[in-house]
Amino acid sequence: MDLLDYAFMQRALLAAVLVGITAPAIGIYLVQRRQALMGDGIGHVAMTGVGLGFLLNASPVWMATAVSVLGAVLMELIRWYGRTRGDIALAMLFYGGMAGGVMFINLAPAGSNANLTSYLFGSLSTVSSSDVTAICLLAGFVVLVTLGLRRQLFAVSQDEEFARVTGLPVRALNLLTAVTAAVTVTVAMRVVGLLLVSALMVVPVAAAQQLTRSFAATFAIAVALGVTVTIGGTVTSYYQDVPPGATIVLLTIGAFVLLTAASAPLARRRARAAAAARPAGDPAECAIPASRGAADEIGV
Amino acid sequence: MGEPVISLRGVGAELGSRPVLRGVDLTVRRGEVVALLGANGSGKSTAIRTIIGQVPLSGGSIELFGTPRARFRQWARVGYVPQRTTAAGGVPATVTEIVSSGRLSRARFGVLRGADHAAVRRALDLVGMADRAKDSVDALSGGQHQRVLIARALASEPEVLIMDEPMAGVDLVSQQVLADTLRDQVAAGTTVLVVLHELGPLEPLIDRAVVLRDGCVLHDGPPPRAVGQHALPGHDHVHPHAPAGAGPIRTGLLS
Repeated sequence: MDLLDYAFMQRALLAAVLVGITAPAIGIYLVQRRQALMGDGIGHVAMTGVGLGFLLNASPVWMATAVSVLGAVLMELIRWYGRTRGDIALAMLFYGGMAGGVMFINLAPAGSNANLTSYLFGSLSTVSSSDVTAICLLAGFVVLVTLGLRRQLFAVSQDEEFARVTGLPVRALNLLTAVTAAVTVTVAMRVVGLLLVSALMVVPVAAAQQLTRSFAATFAIAVALGVTVTIGGTVTSYYQDVPPGATIVLLTIGAFVLLTAASAPLARRRARAAAAARPAGDPAECAIPASRGAADEIGV
Repeated sequence: MGEPVISLRGVGAELGSRPVLRGVDLTVRRGEVVALLGANGSGKSTAIRTIIGQVPLSGGSIELFGTPRARFRQWARVGYVPQRTTAAGGVPATVTEIVSSGRLSRARFGVLRGADHAAVRRALDLVGMADRAKDSVDALSGGQHQRVLIARALASEPEVLIMDEPMAGVDLVSQQVLADTLRDQVAAGTTVLVVLHELGPLEPLIDRAVVLRDGCVLHDGPPPRAVGQHALPGHDHVHPHAPAGAGPIRTGLLS
């Protein structure tokens, strides 16, 4: 494996593995609460952070973390208080984040524009060693939250109203989910890019669902799939000189299509097993009697 | 008379800026089975949702087990069945996974121990769903979903059950299972507050009925028995002690 000889590839692969773990791990809760596109929104908001990083000559990764966490908290607050006009407010936050990013980068010293593409769509060669430190720390936080609090996050994402009656701090857990999703976006930003982050949060989970019946199995398969496609995409990107983010996302969608096709026979087998388990006296078809009986007479 | 388990005093609530509850008084004492009745939009579900803290109060006060609701922390004593047609979320989950979340109120830091898993199995047994424990909830019928939601509420071994239309969209077999489960719970001393659209198979269990109309308590006493002509569909129940000039009381029980 000559690609491991290069320090930049070691960094890129480490970052890729961490993205493959963290993105589906938090993504599964977003899919469960039917907010699959939240990662996409946070990605847009993180743009402003990257732009601010360029402008202030600060680390774009930490700047993006700060701004996207702020954006995620704001989105949660809009969800609580906005109710009817919540979607419009969210749209404004997303596009404001995007426009702010473009504006700040334009105001920043020249030479940053080429760099912008690497944040939008990911790049292997630009993952610096300080980026890797940041990514490791942030990924550690995401794993701690998504595994350590899995029962609480499951309950809140499944049925918020019921979770309140079990005494769980529902608002705090919602905020934590939003903040963790924001942190994951910045973990994934260097490898897959801000515009494709959400795909890695959602598609592995959707692909795993084709095979599974339980939440635990969906979680495990989604993470395994995430790691497989991020490593596969990174290696492909090294040998073929194609953008890593796009490669990873296309691989993930390919895996989704394959698993969907594979799940059809599985579903048929389960249906047959269920039919076999049904008691013999409970036929699936209607039995039509040969002649009418007294019970069929209807008086008005 | 037992001590009050749930008590609402002059409770008001608004959705948007529209008043939905206008000074509701309601006390449920230990061991009682109280049905909350009324037509659609009368405020039954909102009343339930103020009790659990999902809808904020605009007036009055609520106590659970004698503690003001804002300071109440012993949620394991309360089992709640929200109004749902499905137990499924956006990701597959097994019956056991759903019911286990009902045990979180008794688990410290969300860690379930052997006794907790045993309680989950008991709850599944109570609703006759033990053989479906490992199945995905996506594969269940409407009535089975409701049984799973009730098992989830029973998993914490609560002293009071609060249920919002548990019989809505439930097949006859599941209705009977639910009624039997509830009868056993009541026999064991569980207090019940249940929102119903019609008394149905729970009728023999109900000690007291509270009827809401337009966010006000209209009737608080023995459950209305529909007999003779009253039992005909579409009949409006006219209360003998309603003030003169009041229109027929459309409780939604029959109409």
